Amino acid sequence: MEMKERLKIPRQPMPEQEAKVRARNFEEVPLGYTPETAKLEALRCIQCKTPACVEGCPVEIDIPGFIALVAEGDFIGAAKKIKETNALPAVCGRVCPQESQCEILCVRGKKAEPVAVGRLERFVADYERAQGAVSIPKIAASTGKKIAIVGSGPAGLAVAGDLIKLGHDVTIFEALHKTGGVLVYGIPEFRLPKSIVEAEVDYLKKMGVKVATSHVIGKIATVDELFEEGFDAIFLGTGAGAPSFMNIPGENLNGVYSANEYLTRSNLMKAYRFPEYDTPIVRGKNVAVVGGGNVAMDAARTAMRLGADNVYLVYRRSRQEMPARIEEVHHAEEEGIQLNLLTTPIKYIGDEKGWVKAMECLRMELGEPDASGRRRPVPVEGSEFIWDVDTVVVAIGSGANPLVQETTPGLATNKWNNIVADEETGQTSREGVFAGGDIVTGAATVILAMGAGRKAAKAMHEYVMSK
Amino acid sequence: MSARILEKEQLSDNVFKLVLDTPKIAKKRKAGQFVVLRIHEEGERVPLTIADADAEKGTLTIIFQVVGKSTTHLSEMNVGDELLDLVGPLGKATHVDKLGTVACIGGGVGVAPVYPITEAMKHAGNHIISIIGARDKNLIIMEDEMKAVSDEIIVTTDDGSYGFHGFVSQALEEKYLLPGKKIDLVVAIGPVPMMRAVCDVTKKYNIPTVVSLNSIMVDATGMCGACRVSVGGKTKFVCVDGPEFDGHQVDFRELIDRQRIYLTEEKECMNHFCTCKQHGKGAL
Repeated sequence: MEMKERLKIPRQPMPEQEAKVRARNFEEVPLGYTPETAKLEALRCIQCKTPACVEGCPVEIDIPGFIALVAEGDFIGAAKKIKETNALPAVCGRVCPQESQCEILCVRGKKAEPVAVGRLERFVADYERAQGAVSIPKIAASTGKKIAIVGSGPAGLAVAGDLIKLGHDVTIFEALHKTGGVLVYGIPEFRLPKSIVEAEVDYLKKMGVKVATSHVIGKIATVDELFEEGFDAIFLGTGAGAPSFMNIPGENLNGVYSANEYLTRSNLMKAYRFPEYDTPIVRGKNVAVVGGGNVAMDAARTAMRLGADNVYLVYRRSRQEMPARIEEVHHAEEEGIQLNLLTTPIKYIGDEKGWVKAMECLRMELGEPDASGRRRPVPVEGSEFIWDVDTVVVAIGSGANPLVQETTPGLATNKWNNIVADEETGQTSREGVFAGGDIVTGAATVILAMGAGRKAAKAMHEYVMSK
Repeated sequence: MSARILEKEQLSDNVFKLVLDTPKIAKKRKAGQFVVLRIHEEGERVPLTIADADAEKGTLTIIFQVVGKSTTHLSEMNVGDELLDLVGPLGKATHVDKLGTVACIGGGVGVAPVYPITEAMKHAGNHIISIIGARDKNLIIMEDEMKAVSDEIIVTTDDGSYGFHGFVSQALEEKYLLPGKKIDLVVAIGPVPMMRAVCDVTKKYNIPTVVSLNSIMVDATGMCGACRVSVGGKTKFVCVDGPEFDGHQVDFRELIDRQRIYLTEEKECMNHFCTCKQHGKGAL
């Protein structure tokens, strides 16, 4: 096809479940490209000599390279190309904020719309899996070096994927009974089906990665004990797992959840299928979710799917400052989530049995920019009002889980108890100990954690090979 | 990790003891800590205190009361069966020190977690007064084990069918505190009303009192906050900040409310379990 015609192809939409229907089920929302739409979309890529998009990718996927293969119809080849640098394409194709990473830099976006990199990544990964064509890449000869990875979230999985290929003996220690970290406990089924996470973890296992679930490092073994057991280097990817609360009255009432608990019950423990699964969850009718990030969106959309009549998202700033991806906010609104912006709870009111029955809120207005560069929300005096709710989900962020830091002498942390690590290498203050992902940066995205994991993997390889 | 059941014993009508093959945890655990287990793929994560362990044999003892679906299911498992997952040891260990006289009080199945603490306190050189109680004689557990690590022991029953007629808190006050016996620390574990009653008594006599809380948990590693409890007006997570706290600072009212969050669902789950069993399918 001539370039002129290729430039005329519009960005291919991805079909998705209708909003009214999907708001009441846990099936995945977008349905994915067909081979035909994928090829058409791939033809939109003009194969820049110096591709800007790759600059925006934390794991440096050869984006034009894999898209060229899609355009040729070599979908399996495209999947292999991505996997050279990214072990979890089916996950990243779904949850990466492409609009602010690769796609925002796409030259096509200047005059028209950018190439749908994320949708294509998702398509080829799904295609490869559906064809049963997932093949194991070449593994280097054994180096005899033992690597321990603490935490099986995106950072840890990225480290594992890189180091196993280089011939190291890799073991992941996971505290929970399932592998994947936030991919299994946090992100809901309708955004990231758990069977996909399982398949991507299985791929790593097939390459030889060992996984020890139900192992809480800091409890069953400390970092020093792992060294004593013979590990040559250790990666800490323990994530941002400690939920934050606002410390306002009534926060411990029944029916008030942290987003972590609400999502863990629903996602990891499958409470949405209670009583087939044993773990229960409160199915509120009037649910307030406090926060404006992706986790808040996930919680609000989960509440709707659990049968709520009304789900209110309560956020203290305006729409412009919401940290959630635009696509997530858009999906949530389509599904009937009611946004209550410039509003903050100051107190939860309980009934005589200790259940939340209402929340008292304040209206806010935007003042001068704060440290984050966003305009600071300031309470409007005398604007208190009371609002009837039967369930509240507090989704205002997560801090660092302290179990590893507490039990690792000499491991430097900052004032938020995040582990201090070199940005380029993940090197911590302890020799042989590397760290990356949310435990270093505070809560961020899946792909940034994977990027940090890849950098650490490179440094860990150099470290163990020079020992 | 999975864990095989090596021994099983029924201690009373609804209390069971299992000895599990789990060398790593057996070696690591300290008094006051707990484990979380999962029985089957659809199962919940069940936190249970560790009653005893043998580091050499690599075994861990858990003692539990049948209260709902998961504990019913667990009580129906047999020697040779495997638990799907067992994770631990979790929670902070008991602060064990030589203090003088320590009263170790256990109510009902709470005697099980009191036992390793009593043993550790005895080992540290303390004079141990044990008070263990239950509704009636049949529900008293671990009397011999407790005797072996105590200098003095009182057994109480609510109905007077055995030992002291009354609650453990009454025995503590009448037998020791009223007569002016000096006690340096009280450790009390059992149903929340019992721990609250003991704390009410010890507060009057200004005796430091440690309680071990059994709130609802999910991950039990500090990630979800399901187990949060107010201690001295501050929110604490029982799983990582506890399970032991200063009993005089604990908001027991809130704890009781929070333990009742899923009462309806627990019944529904139990009914579902029974129906499935009758039809010979599902949950088992």
